[in-house]
Amino acid sequence: MPGQMTLLVLGRLGVTLLTLLIVSFVVFGATLLLPGDVVEILLGQAATPEAVAGLREAMHLDSPALVRYGQWLLGMAQGDFGMSYANNMPIADMIGGRLANTLRLAAVTSAIAVPLALFLGVTTAMYRGSSYDRMVTAAIVSVISVPEFLIATFAVLVFAVWLKWLPALSLANEVQGFGQLLKVFAMPVITLTFVISAQMIRMTRAAVIDALKMPYVEMALLKGASPTRMVLRHALPNAIGPIANAIALSLSYLLGGVIIVETIFNYPGIAKLMVDAVSTRDLPLIQSCAMIFCFGFLLLITIADIIAILSNPRLRK
Amino acid sequence: MSQTPVSSPRFGMRMNATGIISGLIILCWAVIAVIGPTFAPHAPGDIVDFDFFGPMSEQLWLGSDYLGRDIFSRILLGTRYTVGISFGAVCIACFSGVVLGMTAAVTGGYFDTILSRVLDALNSIPSKLFGLVMVAAIGSSIPVLVILLAVIYTPGSYRFARALAVNCNTMDYVAVARARGEKTLYLIFQEILPNITGPVLADLGLRFVFIVLLLSGLSFLGLGVQPPNADWGSLVKENIGGLAFAAPAVIAPCLAIASLTISVNLLIDNLPVKIRDRS
Repeated sequence: MPGQMTLLVLGRLGVTLLTLLIVSFVVFGATLLLPGDVVEILLGQAATPEAVAGLREAMHLDSPALVRYGQWLLGMAQGDFGMSYANNMPIADMIGGRLANTLRLAAVTSAIAVPLALFLGVTTAMYRGSSYDRMVTAAIVSVISVPEFLIATFAVLVFAVWLKWLPALSLANEVQGFGQLLKVFAMPVITLTFVISAQMIRMTRAAVIDALKMPYVEMALLKGASPTRMVLRHALPNAIGPIANAIALSLSYLLGGVIIVETIFNYPGIAKLMVDAVSTRDLPLIQSCAMIFCFGFLLLITIADIIAILSNPRLRK
Repeated sequence: MSQTPVSSPRFGMRMNATGIISGLIILCWAVIAVIGPTFAPHAPGDIVDFDFFGPMSEQLWLGSDYLGRDIFSRILLGTRYTVGISFGAVCIACFSGVVLGMTAAVTGGYFDTILSRVLDALNSIPSKLFGLVMVAAIGSSIPVLVILLAVIYTPGSYRFARALAVNCNTMDYVAVARARGEKTLYLIFQEILPNITGPVLADLGLRFVFIVLLLSGLSFLGLGVQPPNADWGSLVKENIGGLAFAAPAVIAPCLAIASLTISVNLLIDNLPVKIRDRS
């Protein structure tokens, strides 16, 4: 007999799958909105009718949209992303290395942002109302309410233009040695860290403050526990669930940030590939990148929700 | 949320200084969006400086851009695009989201379930990605941008309004109205809407910020407002080359965006609790 918790988790996974299906439908549907015929756009105005017909057949454009959607989805599930329109290469080859670059960027950012955000979130909650707390909160509101490219712009202005510590551009294929690696990653990582820590600090702070309002924390205070001990031993263990949820959720903000950051710093990742594909209107490539992004995003959100379910002690049997 | 207890009897009676200042900044940008371009010292498209990325001077208050055009005039005109497109989009998004949300809450049943599931799925597509895919498919023009931004932010507004309306729906006065035999349309606009107006307006403000951010982001990627027109995001993109010399041409539009979005956020955070209350 499965417990209530197992059922909830399974239900959540089901919702994710359904969502992914709807998302794929929307992403595929975008192709159908394209005004004019893809083939005619590809071949240009000088195309002969025979060439158009030939390419249509080669691209399976004659079958109905639903059939093509099915084939596309099936292919993607097997790792076959199709061919790029713009340079006639298998998309899987184009994406491979780029995806690794983006994941590397995301991993380095998370490794810095998560501990930093946890520290700031817990300490601001401990000293809430103090000038330190107000300063951090004001900084968070400013970071949350400006676009990512603005943070990147100011980071370049401060670190590359005024302080001259770092180069403004990053090219990951010229990395030799640890020092250079540091320089290449620095600007994108600084920008992304700002973007995702702001949300994380805010949510962590709220979670710890909620826990600190509980009667058992008051009890700990009354029995004479120090403020540090009160937070670390009594409040924090009960805030772990919401905090883990906050982390997973904030990491999903990496996505919006990465699109801007890779463009502005010329970082050869998958988001840059996608933005370039938009300017050449290379739809199969855009679709594949979009599906990879949506998959990553849904994965993080699902993890956040599942952590929230698992961390609720009332559901434990 | 801050813990200052504000028990104002009427709207706006007790607002703190931060709220008032941010309100004034927003008002200022709104006025500029409407009448600003008529006061522009130079035509936005004219090349008035032989130098590019010129510094601030008496003639060119905020310097010149990468072609030698007056940045001050271009920002005045850009306000109209940024504020206008975002405001249009947020009105459409909130109107459709709130009406659908209230209808779903009042009707319930399959309509509610299916609509909620589909809109939640749309909501789980990251907004910037949605924008990229759609712009790739249908190209970018101002009407397209307004509709696109509205579509992207309707699900969030729907979810918010539905949650509020579901609470409202359990109230006795709604049950009474239903027992009287009132139609859905009456229930929505006469019973539910007046009771959720405050939070819905606060949500509209927040969503406006999101839309400004997304629009600027798209323009920054070169996918939003197209040249020769330029909103604030496009102005930053056009002049990003001046970043290396800290040209006012790139810093000024950045400050414009930041002042607007931070002000809206601060205004909403400092609204009297009665209006802002989202529980």
